[in-house]
Amino acid sequence: MAVASDKEILEGLAEIIDDIVGIDQSEVTPEKNFIDDLDIDSLSMVEIAVAAQDKFGVEIPDDELRNLKTVKDVINFVQNLQQ
Amino acid sequence: MKLRVPAAVPGSRILAFGDYQPARVVTNDELAETVDTSDEWIRTRVGIASRRIAGPEEGIVEMAVHAAGKALAGSGLGPGDIDLVVLATCSAESPMPAHAPQVASRLGIDAPGAFDLNAACAGFCYALGTADAAVRAGTARNALVIGAEKMSAWLDWSDRSTSIIFADGAGAAVVTGSAEPGVGPVVWGSDGDHHDKIIIPDRNAFIRQEGQAVFRWATGAIAPVALEACERAGVAPSDLAAIVPHQANLRIVDAIARKVKATNAVVADDIVHSGNTSGASIPLALSRMIERGDVPSGAPALLVGFGAGLAYAAQVIQIP
Repeated sequence: MAVASDKEILEGLAEIIDDIVGIDQSEVTPEKNFIDDLDIDSLSMVEIAVAAQDKFGVEIPDDELRNLKTVKDVINFVQNLQQ
Repeated sequence: MKLRVPAAVPGSRILAFGDYQPARVVTNDELAETVDTSDEWIRTRVGIASRRIAGPEEGIVEMAVHAAGKALAGSGLGPGDIDLVVLATCSAESPMPAHAPQVASRLGIDAPGAFDLNAACAGFCYALGTADAAVRAGTARNALVIGAEKMSAWLDWSDRSTSIIFADGAGAAVVTGSAEPGVGPVVWGSDGDHHDKIIIPDRNAFIRQEGQAVFRWATGAIAPVALEACERAGVAPSDLAAIVPHQANLRIVDAIARKVKATNAVVADDIVHSGNTSGASIPLALSRMIERGDVPSGAPALLVGFGAGLAYAAQVIQIP
């Protein structure tokens, strides 16, 4: 799979979040904290991780997942593993 | 020497469902009196408002007899017509004998083939697949398929990760031979590498579950199984009138339904007032949906079971 840009990962992630928890894609910006800003709980984060795996081909294990607090954290994580 | 085999039957179909729930209702608030949890937490994370817990008189056999008796009464068949009884359970109070022969006797069914089957929360779909195969192969004319569980007997009531989830109950279906198939091909499988994710390690132990790992598996791996069952039955997801996933957790149910894209289907949410009754949850939920008139007779419904093993199974059926 080709390495996705920051913007592509952000858009892909926003689509996933819209699909799973129904948050408008424009709300999903890099600095947003999943729990505090987007009101996404840990179970929804697991679903988002599973969907991200399908979309980006990068596995996000439960141990790593709890360290990914913001949208930017996920973008960085996916990019690091894709490279 | 060539052995003779019975003539094959084109298909099987379900004539009727039945269900039984214990009388005692246990609310979230009641559980919160003894473990550190709350009604709000349980509702948002698991989707349960209350569950039914069996009393000492409500054993697996007792609950199965009630559910199966109701299904039999609704089917128009009599006990003498049944020649196979398959009972799915993973909460047997003792390893032997199986419960199915006793359930059959109590219902007045004379000398049927009768056995218990353990595929945990996928048990009913496995049992239905087995009965469908027996009827189509001509080794049984009419079968009683039951899911009956007393999960409460295996719960540590001080463990808030399991005691808030599991519950008791039974559901049953009567299966008969049919020129027009009313039970689609079962898609079944397992992953024994993860046998320890949901486990009762020994006979003196309680149910243990790695909740987050199971949640990840169930929300990721099960929808493709469900879609394959639709494909194999030749039914488009948009044509489904109902989708009845194992009532593990409302969030898992919703995730599977969303991925299957069964846009016109009623999604079973029986967990809200029944809890997670493992192998009983699918027939229990569907029986109650039919009784309430939520689903039209003759329409296709998708059943999908998944749980300890790990084991999973799905099939499309025609609603009786």
